[in-house]
Amino acid sequence: MSENTTTTSAVPAGRRGGHGPGRGGMMGGGGHGLMAGAGAKSKDFAGSLKRLAGYLKPERVMIAVVIALTVVSVGANVAGPRILGKATNVLFEGVVGKMMGEQLPPGTTQAQAIQMLRAAGQSQIADMLSGMTVTIGKGVDFDAIARWLLILAGVYVLSALFSWAQAHLMAGVAQRIVYRLRKEVDEKLARLPLKYFDENPRGDTLSRVTNDIDNIAHTLQQSASQIITALLTIVGVLGMMFWISPLLALISLMVIPLSVVVTMFIAKRSQKQFAAQWERTGTLNGHVEEMYTGHSIVKVFGHQAEAIEVFDKENDGLYQAAFRAQFISGTIQPSLQFLNNLNYVGVAVIGGLRVASGRLTLGDVQAFIQYSRQFTQPIVQTASIANVLQSAAASAERVFELLDAEEEVPDTATPVHLAKVEGHVEFRDVVFSYTPEEPLIEGVSFEAQPGQTIAIVGPTGAGKTTLVNLLMRFYEIQGGAILIDGVDTRDMTRDELRRTFGMVLQDTWLFKGTIRENLAYGREGASDEEIMAAARAAHVDHFVRTLADGYDTELDDDSSNISQGQRQLLTIARAFLADPPILILDEATSSVDTRTEALIQQAMARLMKGRTSFVIAHRLSTIRDADLILVMNHGAIIEQGTHTQLMAAGGFYSDLYNSQFVEAYDEAV
Amino acid sequence: MTRILRFLKPYRKQLALVMLLLLVQAISNLYLPDLNADIINNGVAKGDTNYILQHGGIMLAVTLLLGIVSVISVYWASRTAMAFGRDIRHAVFSRVQSFSLAELNHFGAPSLITRTTNDVQQVQMAVVIGLNVMVLAPFMAIGGIIMAIRQDPPLSAIIAVVIPVLGIVVALLMRKALPLFRTMQKRVDRVNQVMREKLAGIRVIRAFVRSEYEERRFDVANRELSETMLAVGRLFAIMMPTVMVFFNLTLVATMWFGGLRIDSGAMPIGNLTAFLTYIMQILIAVMMATLMFVMIPRASASADRINEVIETKPKITDPAEPVVPLVRSGIVEFRDVEFRYPGAEEAVLCGISFTASPGQTTAIVGSTGSGKSTLINLIPRFYDVTGGSLLIDGVDIRQMTQAELWSRVGFIPQKAFLFSGTIASNLRYGREDATDEELWHALEVAQAASFVRALPEGLESPVTQGGTNLSGGQRQRLAIARALVKRPEVYVFDDSFSALDFKTDAALRSALARDTHDATVIIVAQRVSTIMQADRIIVLDEGRIVGSGSHEVLMDTCQTYREIVRSQLTEEEVA
Repeated sequence: MSENTTTTSAVPAGRRGGHGPGRGGMMGGGGHGLMAGAGAKSKDFAGSLKRLAGYLKPERVMIAVVIALTVVSVGANVAGPRILGKATNVLFEGVVGKMMGEQLPPGTTQAQAIQMLRAAGQSQIADMLSGMTVTIGKGVDFDAIARWLLILAGVYVLSALFSWAQAHLMAGVAQRIVYRLRKEVDEKLARLPLKYFDENPRGDTLSRVTNDIDNIAHTLQQSASQIITALLTIVGVLGMMFWISPLLALISLMVIPLSVVVTMFIAKRSQKQFAAQWERTGTLNGHVEEMYTGHSIVKVFGHQAEAIEVFDKENDGLYQAAFRAQFISGTIQPSLQFLNNLNYVGVAVIGGLRVASGRLTLGDVQAFIQYSRQFTQPIVQTASIANVLQSAAASAERVFELLDAEEEVPDTATPVHLAKVEGHVEFRDVVFSYTPEEPLIEGVSFEAQPGQTIAIVGPTGAGKTTLVNLLMRFYEIQGGAILIDGVDTRDMTRDELRRTFGMVLQDTWLFKGTIRENLAYGREGASDEEIMAAARAAHVDHFVRTLADGYDTELDDDSSNISQGQRQLLTIARAFLADPPILILDEATSSVDTRTEALIQQAMARLMKGRTSFVIAHRLSTIRDADLILVMNHGAIIEQGTHTQLMAAGGFYSDLYNSQFVEAYDEAV
Repeated sequence: MTRILRFLKPYRKQLALVMLLLLVQAISNLYLPDLNADIINNGVAKGDTNYILQHGGIMLAVTLLLGIVSVISVYWASRTAMAFGRDIRHAVFSRVQSFSLAELNHFGAPSLITRTTNDVQQVQMAVVIGLNVMVLAPFMAIGGIIMAIRQDPPLSAIIAVVIPVLGIVVALLMRKALPLFRTMQKRVDRVNQVMREKLAGIRVIRAFVRSEYEERRFDVANRELSETMLAVGRLFAIMMPTVMVFFNLTLVATMWFGGLRIDSGAMPIGNLTAFLTYIMQILIAVMMATLMFVMIPRASASADRINEVIETKPKITDPAEPVVPLVRSGIVEFRDVEFRYPGAEEAVLCGISFTASPGQTTAIVGSTGSGKSTLINLIPRFYDVTGGSLLIDGVDIRQMTQAELWSRVGFIPQKAFLFSGTIASNLRYGREDATDEELWHALEVAQAASFVRALPEGLESPVTQGGTNLSGGQRQRLAIARALVKRPEVYVFDDSFSALDFKTDAALRSALARDTHDATVIIVAQRVSTIMQADRIIVLDEGRIVGSGSHEVLMDTCQTYREIVRSQLTEEEVA
């Protein structure tokens, strides 16, 4: 019997979806092929598949081998029932011969026996006998049966071996391709401008790297070889059927389009329901997420009852959609089974009649029945190919979209190397905007001498990010130049430019790993002594040592196991370790207690000593002592000068200063 | 797993029906080969056309019945399994709604979300498949064995040999596969995690010029995942052919021994065909049943995670006989309050006594770990005091219903949390019948009116989930406005001004003072300037009150307070 044998409905629908690793093959329920298509549709189906096929190119020899192996494996498998039929025939002939031998004298030939039967009016049996090779009186020829069965066993073992080799190789092919694809995407990410990350939701990019590539992997490893096998099986089985009996084959052939139509008909409907189910799941999950994360607000505003009410409504909607999806997709199997059984009965009846009339042997009918049973699975698989390919194409397209995204302007071919950066920073007529429609910075110039402090002042969210983006060359300016020690930043490599900067921002970023690893991020290859010295300088050494695992303490995913203040101190330590000539600091210390805040300020002050520092200032003293104040509003630098100059000018800054700080100052006095 | 199945109880009737239908299916499925054997024995072998046609008709009828029964059973199985999932989801969600902060934090919101969604999905899927395979497989296997024995008892000895061997083969393969699956899941998570960190920290990576390092990090995760997936793929490559060759060799053996039986005249030839079909049915059933055992641990893990939630009793519940305070003025009194986390050696708060009265602003300052946040979290009863008592309007808050308590308290958390919907729907969260005028007034006070007015749709402007389409400061101001719309007797601000700049902070505070003049206001703040003009400032240090009074008094009397002030304002400003 073949791999695709479905004798009973006990084989769950999930098998259709393949026994995919990690997909919980048997969990598929509705079947992978049906659900996958429910998602996105590709825009350029053929184009994307063609390009995906390009990835198969280096593997073409391997793929040829895989196909060759599949042909042999399927061929052997398809031959199986036919050989079994031969054995059945020998058996049947032996039985008949023996039976006849009991009634007829020994030595009677087959022709004589037929004549005698006709004479006795048993023309039907005579007809049947005429289609066989019977030696009257001789029992079952077990030598012949043994021969056939040995061949059969050999053929099945051969088929299994080839099928194993095929799948083994294909797994390698699929994994190599997917590994390469993932690597390519990852490398691409490093070349994308920050603009890309700012414009595209993180979840979306993440999903391209993970879900979409997974989907491609699954298609390559499971579906691809499944489809090849299915198509070859259909061809082979059909060939065998026609060989055995064109009439019966025609009957079975009618079942194919019928099965395909039924599958497509139901699949189309269930797809709609699956889409509805996903949508409902999304809404419900959204609600759950919102209610759980806002738990205390829900409670204090006395909204639990409403929350449950909304949940129940959504939950019931999901139930309805899920039920419909499950039910409709669940009818495919019985429908196909009915068609299959229809075919079975047809074959049994007509086959039986033809055996009786001697035009077909019993073994042939038996083989034929087996063949017709092998038919359903490959047909379902082939019918779902459109969905599988559609879904893979959509995923491939999303991955290619990422791979095709516009990259950063490449670094200059002849970079200037600064042996020692003094920390002189100059903006010369800088023009910049995120979108052409909204000019942001138009011809701004200023100069920071080495070691100076430049305070950036302005209402919340006024554009610190913009400044960081420009200084670090995360974004390209559209006019003018930014110079470091007199060198245009575009004449340096980005890496070198960024190494001259240290960032201590409020949205600190630590990754999962030990504190040591996180600190060492500031400088590759830093020694333990250097790491600890940096931690001491940032006043965080003591804190780290109070932790059970000290510097080897694992930080959580979102570093939630240490306080915001400690996190900030850790990033300061990291900047100490990196020892950059120019700093960008954010003074904001919200959610930090006053003592830690004092520590942070001391550490920052120490860090700033001897370095050119751009400080997003929140403290009066910092602002008034700054060598230069940049006043920002809505992302643009609107005023600049020292505190005295700006106060004398009586512009935005003096307004801001008077309203914000004087009040606090007066009250403090 | 069994405990979660109690949710199936209300669907006993449906389950019984599905079982019955599956039984009918199994019987019809088994009857078909029998009919086929009859056709061969009595029709084909004897050349009786009528017999063939007649029995063919019966086969067709059985098949049709089978189809109808299958559809009905799929209908009820889907309906039941999905209702089962729905009921569990409801149970989990309602239970979480009754949780206090202690239970919520014990699990963590992300984990609870997964439990409510994915875990339920897993269990539900197990039931869907269980209702088909788990029930049908034994029916088919047992029925198949009975039918096979009916065809020819001695030949059935093959079954006794083959089934245990198949079971062992599948179990061995599974034993190898399961750990691989777990490893693979871990590595998939790892790739996701590295990628997520990369995307979140793209600026930092570039600022520190660590792209290459990150590339290596990802490459390691990528390679490890590929290796595991390859191992899984190769295991599957062995699995299917192994099972198939096993099936096929069983077939060959049956043919041989069956031939011997037929030759000896012990069995009619048609029975062999039926026997072959039965043996295949049995083997498939056994294989499916074995595979089901793979699913059980997975669904079982999910079931345990769900049970954990459902069986967690919220520690904070309403009293059996709630007391309704006689007045509604908003007097908050801490009476020798102590709070410690379960099992903790040191109390977070100890000996806290003070009264916050209507028309007064009480500010709480102190360093991290001094217990400020914990203290105000006690007011809405996110946690219960472990010693002393907390009274509102003269009644211990543990003696009133939580609804009663919450109706008096407006809580503005540190991290402003907005719900998806519109600005208006968020503002009306505390009082649904608030008029537009009231909303605008609250927005004016919260210094949010100007930006809301600037939005094209004003009050009806959409708010995305988590309020991500608004800035931190805007969210904070809307959260304050939301509390103002509710008009509670007690306002609790948990460092709610930190996201605002000085100017907005100052304007908001003076507007707030005017608007909440007859309410009790309790503020936790980091910025001294935010709380300097409070009627009373309570200074906390290591869970104890070390100072209490106005700014001026505390500057003279409280060392801790002076330190805090000094750390924020320069010497000259303090002077």
